[in-house]
Amino acid sequence: MTRATPFAGDPRITPDLVREHNLSPEEYRRIEAMLDRAPTFAELGVFSALWSEHCAYKHSKPVLRTLPTTGPQVVQGPGENAGVLRLPGGWAVAFKIESHNHPSAVEPYQGAATGVGGILRDVFTMGARPVALLNSLRFGPLDDARNRYLFAGVVRGVADYGNCVGVPTLGGEVDFGPSYSGNPLVNAMCVGLLKEVDLIKAAAHGVGNVLLVVGARTGRDGIHGASFASEELTRESARRRPQVQVGDPFTEKLLLEASLELIASGHIVAIQDMGAAGLTSSSAEMAAKGGGGVGVEIDLARVPIREPGMTPYEILLSESQERMLLVAKADRVQDVQAIAAKWELSATPIGRVTDDGLYRATWGEQVVVEIPAQRLIDDCPVYHPEAAEDPEIARRRASRPTPNTKHLAPDEVLLELLDHPPVASKRWVYEQYDSTVRASTVIGPGGDAGVIRVRDADFALAVTVDCNSRYVLLDPYEGGKAAVAEAARNVACTGARPLGVTDCLNFGSPERPAVFHQFREASRGIADACRALETPVTGGNVSFYNESPEGAVDPTPVVGMVGLIAHAERAVPSHARVTGDVVFVLGETRSELGGSMLWEALHGFVGGEPPRVDLAAERRLVDFLVAGAAVGLFRSAHDCSQGGLGVALAEVAMGGPYEEPGFGLDVDFTAYALRLAAVELLFSESHGRAVVTCPPERGGAVAALAQELGVPAHRAGTVRERGGSLRIRLGDGEVSHRIGRLRDVYFSAIPRRMGD
Amino acid sequence: MQRVAVIVFPGSNCDAETIAAARQAGSDAYRVWHRDADLKRPDVVILPGGFSYGDYLRAGAIARFSPVMTAVTEHARAGGPVLGICNGFQILCEAGLLPGGLMRNARLRFLSRLVRVHVEATDTPFTCGYEPGAVLAVPIAHGEGRYVVDARTAAELEAGGRVVWRYTGENPNGSTNAIAGVSSPGRNVVGIMPHPERRNAPVLGGEDGARVFLSMEARYATQHAVDVRAVGDRHLRV
Repeated sequence: MTRATPFAGDPRITPDLVREHNLSPEEYRRIEAMLDRAPTFAELGVFSALWSEHCAYKHSKPVLRTLPTTGPQVVQGPGENAGVLRLPGGWAVAFKIESHNHPSAVEPYQGAATGVGGILRDVFTMGARPVALLNSLRFGPLDDARNRYLFAGVVRGVADYGNCVGVPTLGGEVDFGPSYSGNPLVNAMCVGLLKEVDLIKAAAHGVGNVLLVVGARTGRDGIHGASFASEELTRESARRRPQVQVGDPFTEKLLLEASLELIASGHIVAIQDMGAAGLTSSSAEMAAKGGGGVGVEIDLARVPIREPGMTPYEILLSESQERMLLVAKADRVQDVQAIAAKWELSATPIGRVTDDGLYRATWGEQVVVEIPAQRLIDDCPVYHPEAAEDPEIARRRASRPTPNTKHLAPDEVLLELLDHPPVASKRWVYEQYDSTVRASTVIGPGGDAGVIRVRDADFALAVTVDCNSRYVLLDPYEGGKAAVAEAARNVACTGARPLGVTDCLNFGSPERPAVFHQFREASRGIADACRALETPVTGGNVSFYNESPEGAVDPTPVVGMVGLIAHAERAVPSHARVTGDVVFVLGETRSELGGSMLWEALHGFVGGEPPRVDLAAERRLVDFLVAGAAVGLFRSAHDCSQGGLGVALAEVAMGGPYEEPGFGLDVDFTAYALRLAAVELLFSESHGRAVVTCPPERGGAVAALAQELGVPAHRAGTVRERGGSLRIRLGDGEVSHRIGRLRDVYFSAIPRRMGD
Repeated sequence: MQRVAVIVFPGSNCDAETIAAARQAGSDAYRVWHRDADLKRPDVVILPGGFSYGDYLRAGAIARFSPVMTAVTEHARAGGPVLGICNGFQILCEAGLLPGGLMRNARLRFLSRLVRVHVEATDTPFTCGYEPGAVLAVPIAHGEGRYVVDARTAAELEAGGRVVWRYTGENPNGSTNAIAGVSSPGRNVVGIMPHPERRNAPVLGGEDGARVFLSMEARYATQHAVDVRAVGDRHLRV
């Protein structure tokens, strides 16, 4: 039996108190059995945090195990702070995505800012220097003032944090839909570079080695953040506002530099971010990862605190930001403190690695927590919730928009779509993010994927995040496949070979069968697509309980992907660049309007059968784009997704955010996809398609490569003069717009709604 | 090869690429930590971009009190070239080495984008390699980049040829007279808001910023009678 005694003033453990800690009676019985006694209040807090969905994945684990996680490129799969993939020349890339949805719903600025802070720490604690940030954001429609407030606050929070730390935000996605009203999603992804030999992990080892807490002092902010993130949002959630942590990016920058210097110094053997559940999860996970017999002992009275009178319980569960826990070699404590001091940080010894396999926290001499370390992590119950599709979704899938609600010519439809916030340019957002700091940005935001070069190496990395929740809502399996397929297409359009995936699975409550069905099926789709495209999942995050009194968010499994371009100078941009170039449409256009922007923007209708993903065809398209880029065939390549060919061609023509005035484009579809009506041809969202441009003398080679790799290629037209017109000839109509007009609509849609 | 001291405050975040850009131009660039009072005999001092000490109060407001700034001020007062980029420009204004100040952008939001600037003064150590009137595409990334001076000082700057770079087309942050960079009366101290170090290679979309660093190296080469043509032929092609 372990020993631990209550701290003076601790409340008595009652069933109500257990319930407030989000632990079920059955879970509580397990705890008592493990300890062979009642837990102390501090121990109850520890179990509450570590057995929360956020930390323990107790509803998702069996499903997550079905994702492919291995491959020759994988250095580190799921289970560490971040996944790591092998790159040429001894380099490696560490990357991860994480959600900060709940805090952002009640305090958008700090919630989003600290989300960025957390994901940065996950990456630099692997020994990697963060080189790129991305984010995936969801909000309710912008005609609502609260949604505009959340949108503006989140974007400013993301911007201020990343900008100050000095990591470029290379891109991301922003989408809008009614299910996100009051329930925004804020997912942040970080990509870091390291030499593979410098990889460091979070497992405590070496009996007698010393645990130090480095960075900010511990305050009362964020207590219970992990369990807060593991319940639905309610009308009372605003009261959780004081539980939202406050970020300090300047301290983060110091912590980043100090951590990388400490890792390089060889003075430390392990390092871990104090993220969700703060000191509790970092120290307990370090002990559990240490394996057989390793334990840790920490004295909470030695933790530097920000306010007087904090109890062991509060110190253990605080989520104060910008703190790290590290294990120093026993004789190097002073060296560690000297490096920390250089960066104006304190490094305080608070405990040591032991050989008794126990996770022990004391207050001076008094033991307040003593739990078998391995079992604390491993014995969390795993649930296999019931899954069943909501019949309402099946009805929506079988339905079509009411005809004749609005009848517009294709060329008016195009303007409507370019003005529709999910389609419109997100320049208003990414202009607030420093996208060029570090002087490594080859392709910034506003294209298919962000691309960064690596100084002192030939290669470049392409990074993207993608998910279309409409497809997932209507058919979670196809939607999960589609998220991976679109990410792979985006990465491949820049010329990069897709390497691996991190995912952020945002859903409602897993305890509802309809939601768990979405989760299970979307994950199955992601798994199948990742296998087909050979992009293993190296980690990520599950965010459940994204529900407000109005209901759950649409299922939003966001896929973050990293790809490799062998030679940075071969990176392919998204937009037409030279008059006279030839335009090719790759892939096959079918009548697939389910879940389309056309139906949503024109009819306010999200329904129908979403487009199906042919994974073999996706693979062929990716191979084609990568092979063509490697030999310099393309002048531009752009993925065809939301809004179909109409929007894709307009984007190719309009040019990048600062590439006024764009180029005219003459496209002839009179002999293309003959069975489709004009609006279907232009706005169907069939997967597996891209638009490329190439010099006329390369047209033959492009067609030959497409044929060789089995990708349908249609020579569709020509790039015309700068600032000309987009003209698309159709069997039954024509689209014709001045590029300047298209740019006005596309780039002003969001600023106009935000009031500037 | 000249010695270029790049000052590193704890919150500097453009020091690595600034050093790389100076080295690419042929300079011997090295870091000087903000707590050092010794600049180690530099020919040129650069204050790079970033957030010096977090800049929660006002950009550059704390940095000017750091030990290193005494040495930077001495170097400047003795006529030594000093370049402040973005946060470095803010610090130079706060330290009184350049007139005026940098306020929050007109729209009160951080702004990161490609802008176009007109090179107006080519008699500074950092712009002497540009042709007068050249238009450059360079990125800005700042929340506090609106250059503000009183009307009399603005008139002095204009009359004295001390406006080094001026935004052309759009004035992105609402700066007085669309000023993007200014120099001291002696021309040796220059502050610019855009980031030339982020635009010095074709793979980064262009190399319009490279000549800021080539200018100072070429000027040094001229003054020190080493092989000017080598530098000129390799990089300047003026």
